[in-house]
Amino acid sequence: MSEHIVSPKVYIVIFASLMLGTGLTVWAAFQNFHQYNIVIALGIATIKATLVVLYFMHARYSPGRTQLVIVCSVFWLAIMLALTLADYDTRPHDITLAAPQVFYCV
Amino acid sequence: MSNTPPTPDLELPDEHYLNATYGSGIRSWLLTTDHKRIALLYLASVTVFFFIGGVLATMIRIHLLTPGGALVTPETYNKLFTMHGVAMIFFFLIPSIPAVFGNFLIPLMIGAKDLAFPKINLLSWYIYLIGGGFVLYSFSTGGLDTGWTFYTPLSSVYSNSAVTPAVIGIFINGFSSILTGLNFIVTIHTMRAPGMTWFRLPLFAWAHYATSLVMILGTPVVAITLLLAGLERMFHLGFFNPALGGDPILFQHLFWFYSHPAVYIMILPAMGVVSEIIPTFARKPIFGYAFIAGSSIAIAVIGFLVWAHHMFVTGESTYAALTFSFLSYLVAIPSAVKVFNWTSTLYKGSISWDPPMVYALGFIGLFVIGGLTGLFLACLGLDIHIHDTYFVVAHFHYIMVGGAVMGYVGGLHFWWPKITGRLYPKSLSQFAAIILFVGFNLTFFPQFILGYLGMPRRYHTYPPEFQVLNVLSTAGASILALGYLLPMSYLIWSMRYGKVAGPNPWPATGLEWKTDSPPLTENFHVTPEVTWEPYDFQNRPDLGLAASARPLAPAHGDD
Repeated sequence: MSEHIVSPKVYIVIFASLMLGTGLTVWAAFQNFHQYNIVIALGIATIKATLVVLYFMHARYSPGRTQLVIVCSVFWLAIMLALTLADYDTRPHDITLAAPQVFYCV
Repeated sequence: MSNTPPTPDLELPDEHYLNATYGSGIRSWLLTTDHKRIALLYLASVTVFFFIGGVLATMIRIHLLTPGGALVTPETYNKLFTMHGVAMIFFFLIPSIPAVFGNFLIPLMIGAKDLAFPKINLLSWYIYLIGGGFVLYSFSTGGLDTGWTFYTPLSSVYSNSAVTPAVIGIFINGFSSILTGLNFIVTIHTMRAPGMTWFRLPLFAWAHYATSLVMILGTPVVAITLLLAGLERMFHLGFFNPALGGDPILFQHLFWFYSHPAVYIMILPAMGVVSEIIPTFARKPIFGYAFIAGSSIAIAVIGFLVWAHHMFVTGESTYAALTFSFLSYLVAIPSAVKVFNWTSTLYKGSISWDPPMVYALGFIGLFVIGGLTGLFLACLGLDIHIHDTYFVVAHFHYIMVGGAVMGYVGGLHFWWPKITGRLYPKSLSQFAAIILFVGFNLTFFPQFILGYLGMPRRYHTYPPEFQVLNVLSTAGASILALGYLLPMSYLIWSMRYGKVAGPNPWPATGLEWKTDSPPLTENFHVTPEVTWEPYDFQNRPDLGLAASARPLAPAHGDD
């Protein structure tokens, strides 16, 4: 199987996009978007991860079966997150617990 | 009664993987890339961990002979059951069948010369050794007392035992599992011999394909989760500790996302072993080949959706508990498909009671009890009563020991002639299988009753009224130990003194039986071409079975 050759220009553009994303993340960390703080941070991180997988890991140029494996893995991750969050979202939130006294050991 | 043809006097082949030389003695083993030799390296390694785990289990059972505890302090008792669990689960049960039999057999079964990545295969064994080294370091420098589940914040904050090296060891060991799974999937996809279509694959290969999916998709999650617990412990980062803004239930979600499917890493390969043994000694094509193959995949997939049934009493939401309870019932369906198909295969079969068959039948009985009691635990109301009692201990030992270890020992008896080229004493091995079955039930069945009566697990002491059942359990453990020591003794004996087996002593239909015993380093003299359906005894005159011993049932794809 021959390797797909990616031009340096593509790599430079992707690298610049990742740097921009990093800058955006830092900027967003100092703003207060209230309940959207986490959504914005994770959104930027997801876009950056997608760029890495597509271009740096060559998923965009890979055979369909490899792409299917990647999509299935993301789907698996989605199952884990969705079912875990389903627990959190449907729990009663009016329970308050006292924080335990903490002893650290390594 | 046996319709297994008598084995004629034979000689071992001149050249085989055991006497092939690549450099001098020990070096030829430590640097080998031959999947069969790597399988034997794993066999030796997992046996060491089985011994360690077994000694710890023995100490637990001796301690529980008296209500006040006979042997160790409460703190040491906590360490005994934790180290028993860690050694047995992460370093014996999970690698046992895949890394030993999967490594040895998958290339042979599909007609390949080796696995797709032989060097990565050797690397995975070294990673296993490094991970195991860390864990043994933890055991020998104070031990672990968190339970094998490493629940936070006990593991990440409060425990004074050697948690950090153990967590690092299990993290490292995860890579071994991932690489083994990757190797199997690529090998099965790309290296099948001509004519070996997907629906001619042995069910053992299907089971390992499903297991590999679980290994690849699940292991990274537990590795990262334990790493996070380790980071919280070492650097006080708040992931799971409520005092630092973390959530202890999050640890349990992430831990069980892997650790429940990990049960299927243990049991699916054992199911694969049983699916090979049953048709061989019933002399009949397996009933419902496609359903058994599909049920392996279904178990792997649905098995990922049930994890929070371990957390019904932790404070998870009622709605989530309802969902996970329903999904847990669902996973019983593909498991039942397998059991019904194995028993249907036996129906009107020409059954012989050779040792592997005795183990396989024992597996079915014990797995049925283990599986059905799992449904008790998936029931929300009942689980509140029996959660964290000995009922749970009995249930998962019926699956992991009665199921997975019985399958492992059965597989060892089935393929031992292929691995070593020699047979072992038949009557003694049948006796050992019965001893194992009796010892196992005497050990663990009383624990169902103890749990139902309310004896909690992980306690070093118990009320006097529970003593009779605990003594029974300890007595059973002694018989069980004999059931393991006997096969170890006569299998080692047979390596030198056993009768030469020949290529196909049972006879069985798989491709691995069409080459020498022990096989060549390259497995086959000529790449085989598969022209027959799986488990087909009818159209296989080369097996040497008498016509009367060949029933008329058609094989899958032949009807």
